[in-house]
Amino acid sequence: MADLHMTPLNALHRELGARMIPFAGYDMPVHYPMGVMKEHLHCRARAGLFDVSHMGQVILRAAGGYAGAAEAMERLVPVDLLGLAEGRQRYGFFTDAAGGILDDLMLANRGDHMFVVVNAACKADDAAHMRAGLPGVEVEEITDRALMALQGPAAESVLAALVPEVAAMRFMDVGIFASAFGAMWISRSGYTGEDGFEISVADDQAEPLARALLAHEDVAPVGLGARDSLRLEAGLCLYGHDIDTTTTPVEASLIWAIQKVRRAGGARAGGFPGAARILHQLAEGAPRARVGLLPSGRAPMREGTAIFAAAEGGEAVGHVTSGGFGPTVGAPVSMGYVPRTLAAGGTTIYGEVRGKRLAASVAALPFTPARFKR
Amino acid sequence: MKFTEEHEWLRVEDDLVTVGITEHAAEQLGDVVFVELPEVGTHVTRDDEIVVIESVKAASDILAPIDGEIVEVNEVLTDDPGKVNEDPLGDAWFFKIRPEDMSQLDDYMDEAAYKALVG
Repeated sequence: MADLHMTPLNALHRELGARMIPFAGYDMPVHYPMGVMKEHLHCRARAGLFDVSHMGQVILRAAGGYAGAAEAMERLVPVDLLGLAEGRQRYGFFTDAAGGILDDLMLANRGDHMFVVVNAACKADDAAHMRAGLPGVEVEEITDRALMALQGPAAESVLAALVPEVAAMRFMDVGIFASAFGAMWISRSGYTGEDGFEISVADDQAEPLARALLAHEDVAPVGLGARDSLRLEAGLCLYGHDIDTTTTPVEASLIWAIQKVRRAGGARAGGFPGAARILHQLAEGAPRARVGLLPSGRAPMREGTAIFAAAEGGEAVGHVTSGGFGPTVGAPVSMGYVPRTLAAGGTTIYGEVRGKRLAASVAALPFTPARFKR
Repeated sequence: MKFTEEHEWLRVEDDLVTVGITEHAAEQLGDVVFVELPEVGTHVTRDDEIVVIESVKAASDILAPIDGEIVEVNEVLTDDPGKVNEDPLGDAWFFKIRPEDMSQLDDYMDEAAYKALVG
């Protein structure tokens, strides 16, 4: 605990009365005086500001510009990066030789280079992985810029008051904009299921920008607690919980992120770590699947809850990987892995909570409708 | 009123003891989303885990503060767990217990001592 990193917003979090916890080596706000439930609901109703400066920001440069970086990166990521238009971003993941997931990330075409954002806990490993796997590509870890997310239905009007150009952006657009806070690297994306933006600014501009955003009556600061419940309701994976090296993208129900051109029969099929297993599962189906689970009672089924096919007897057939109370759903919600035969919507399964098997039904993800501006 | 180190309060009314959690505990738990109460008629021993409280953060237990029989539970909390945050010292009591030995209450703190504990 002694050597926790601090983000450029650390002093502001404390001033706002945040409860701070160690997270991925950083001293981070888990909630503010408003509390997890109200922060969650505020974000869905108006707008929430999140400090995500702990995440890794990396620039990849190659001879051949973006295309050179994309061609190299396609050897590590099963995503169509050469087909990604300038000013656009895509979700993807690093796979390992067994088809497991090393990390999930965002990849953007910024014209003459690629910009990626990776998880805080994985960023050192990811940088090493890219340096080893991308010969001829310069891997620059950006360590002097903060990252924050402004999420919710009011995000556009709030941010457009500072950067008018953002009003014209669509979901997954990226751009670099001059502002009173220096160059802002903005993407129209997030981790809540709401419309919103992720904004990278120079460290010394982070607090002035955060204060300017928080000055708007629609904006409240939101901590890691509500960030987790928001992304859970949105059906989004948390690395190290819902996905890791023991889960393939197919098992994790992330096949939508693998474009046709990288699948069997595509012009650039395979060619990424674990391709044999992942392409086989794409063709034949995986033995298990990540699904949404709606417990029928009020008791949350949290991470680690064993899943059974029947109310009595038998061995566990799966487990919950994320679970808690969904403030917008107004009931407990979970995600977890079940055998393919139990993955159809409406299937009843049983989660063992404090020694009792409680019924839950398999449900479509997301639990709350995505409200992206497409 | 008496207080335990587990942040429960105990209020004696005639021959029954009503038990709830303190404002400090409710604040530490965060928004409560689920409460599981014991069955009326259950005989409990001190330190038995008899109530489960789940908040947006985690699950925790309430221990039986004394030996006795559960004679009433506050069913309102099952349908409206958020009451625990709204009125922990009043409407959001958890259960009433008929003690076997009232002298067990002597082991617990008075309000001044509890306030000193939580600062």
